[in-house]
Amino acid sequence: MTRIQLRDVAQARSGDKGDLANVALFAPSDALYRAFLREVTPERVREHYGRFVRGNVDRYEVPNVRALNFVLHQALDGGAARSLRSDPLGKSYGSLILRMEIDVSDEELAGVDTGRRPPVA
Amino acid sequence: MRSLRIGAGQGFYGDSVDGALDVARGGEVSYICFDALAELTMAILQKDRFRDPAAGYARDLPAFMTALLPECRARGIRLITNAGGINPAGAAAAVRSVARTLGMDDLRIGVVVGDDITSRIDELRAAGAALANMDTGEDVSAIRDRIVFGVAYLGCAPVVQALQMGADVVVTGRVADASLFVAPMVHELGWSLDDWDRLAAGAVLGHLMECSAQSTGGNFSGDWWNVPDLDRAGYPVCEVRQDGTALLTKPAGTGGRVCFDTVKEQLLYEVLDPRSYFNPDVVADFTSVQLRDAGPDVVEVSGVRGRERTDSLKTILGYLDGYAGTCAIGYSWPDAVAKARRSAALIERMTERAGLRPLDRVVELIGVDSTHGSAAPIPDDANEVVLRVCARFATEGEAKRFTRIATPLGLNGPPFIGGGVAPQSARALLGVWPSLLPRSLVEPSVEVLVEEAAAV
Repeated sequence: MTRIQLRDVAQARSGDKGDLANVALFAPSDALYRAFLREVTPERVREHYGRFVRGNVDRYEVPNVRALNFVLHQALDGGAARSLRSDPLGKSYGSLILRMEIDVSDEELAGVDTGRRPPVA
Repeated sequence: MRSLRIGAGQGFYGDSVDGALDVARGGEVSYICFDALAELTMAILQKDRFRDPAAGYARDLPAFMTALLPECRARGIRLITNAGGINPAGAAAAVRSVARTLGMDDLRIGVVVGDDITSRIDELRAAGAALANMDTGEDVSAIRDRIVFGVAYLGCAPVVQALQMGADVVVTGRVADASLFVAPMVHELGWSLDDWDRLAAGAVLGHLMECSAQSTGGNFSGDWWNVPDLDRAGYPVCEVRQDGTALLTKPAGTGGRVCFDTVKEQLLYEVLDPRSYFNPDVVADFTSVQLRDAGPDVVEVSGVRGRERTDSLKTILGYLDGYAGTCAIGYSWPDAVAKARRSAALIERMTERAGLRPLDRVVELIGVDSTHGSAAPIPDDANEVVLRVCARFATEGEAKRFTRIATPLGLNGPPFIGGGVAPQSARALLGVWPSLLPRSLVEPSVEVLVEEAAAV
């Protein structure tokens, strides 16, 4: 098994709906989609988001785009127009999930480019 | 097979008109749809209407129309916008004024009203609508005396009606984002309003287009650094066929990228249960959507299935929920985090001594934990940190006093301040209360009016 950070392999986008936020996590391959299903549980996501999420976390499977969609309840400090936070819409929640580390097998990681980085300058 | 080309012109209130101009000039479209509204936007427009009863629509609508009408009139492109906000009649009057200035007296302008339920709350409750919070189940009596606006999300039908009545421009209030795009599909392709699979296909396309460049390379979390020319991002254009399948692309010569990886991110943006995407026109199953790269900057969208729409319309009520005051101070290396934390503790004591009583507060170290909270490691040698403390108060006066509470720390606090942030004025906070309302209590009140610019 290898420990990877989701930012090395995954895409993500978050959005707001009242005091709910959604975080969609996209796998680059079928094998990693199955690994995400095993590793990125709603319980782990709930813990990972810490104080930001006061309610439950639901997880939905979207295999047609190899995605897991997480719905975070009571996650936006009452909603965008009510929030005291500097990110009232939870725009950065998508990046927060990419910080999570998971264990994957070499077979699951096969053929996936994990080294893509932007140029510094 | 018949097909129709539709473009997106706006993704939010404050968007640039350049994307819409590129769509008008190079998108070869018959319609451009503009989504100017979001929950936060409704709250902003309500604050405008507080100050001026003639306001309450997107203030940049006249500028959009001034730039676009000459381009679109010449090409026969019809425009559909929900920039009417909470005052669509006022917005339509503003469009008529622009049209007359441009010498387009015969421009036909449609307006959709009836989504505003602000003055009907008690009547609706008396008629049996609970208006309970659909997320928490709370009873609406908890906020009744603080409600400042209420709107129901309308579907495509009144917009279709305006198009049938010959409108060149349709101005609405809270028509659902995707339904703005579904309307011309229904009108031109002859879809029936109970053809659930086609309506679901339209809702998916509308959803993919309503946030402008978010499906064409903007906010892309993949190799964003390779996406070309986002200074002139191409806004989405779709060619939808009679059977509901479609090609999603962008105008030639524009920046951005349209591919499986950019489009899929937008597919799930602001989506809850993907099997049941509730729209006023249909319940769409987003797990049925097939996205396929079909050429450079072209993605085919197909396979969409839908189910019968529900008997309810989503409603949001905005209610006053106190006032926020913010103060912020930047600290430089060394020990920037420690200084910011000490400063936060000092602010707390100064707040207490001033007799201010925050209802709640958020303390953020910008540069350290404001976006990732406890998941982010605390750097032990940060070069700089901005401390931001935002507190909520029952009264505006307290919030205003709080914005100045940290000022003495410029001389009296920990050393080496920098990266200072100008004091922000206190602001009213609006809670958003989502609920469901029977269609039968809303739709009979919806009215569509189409008139030439010179009329009235």
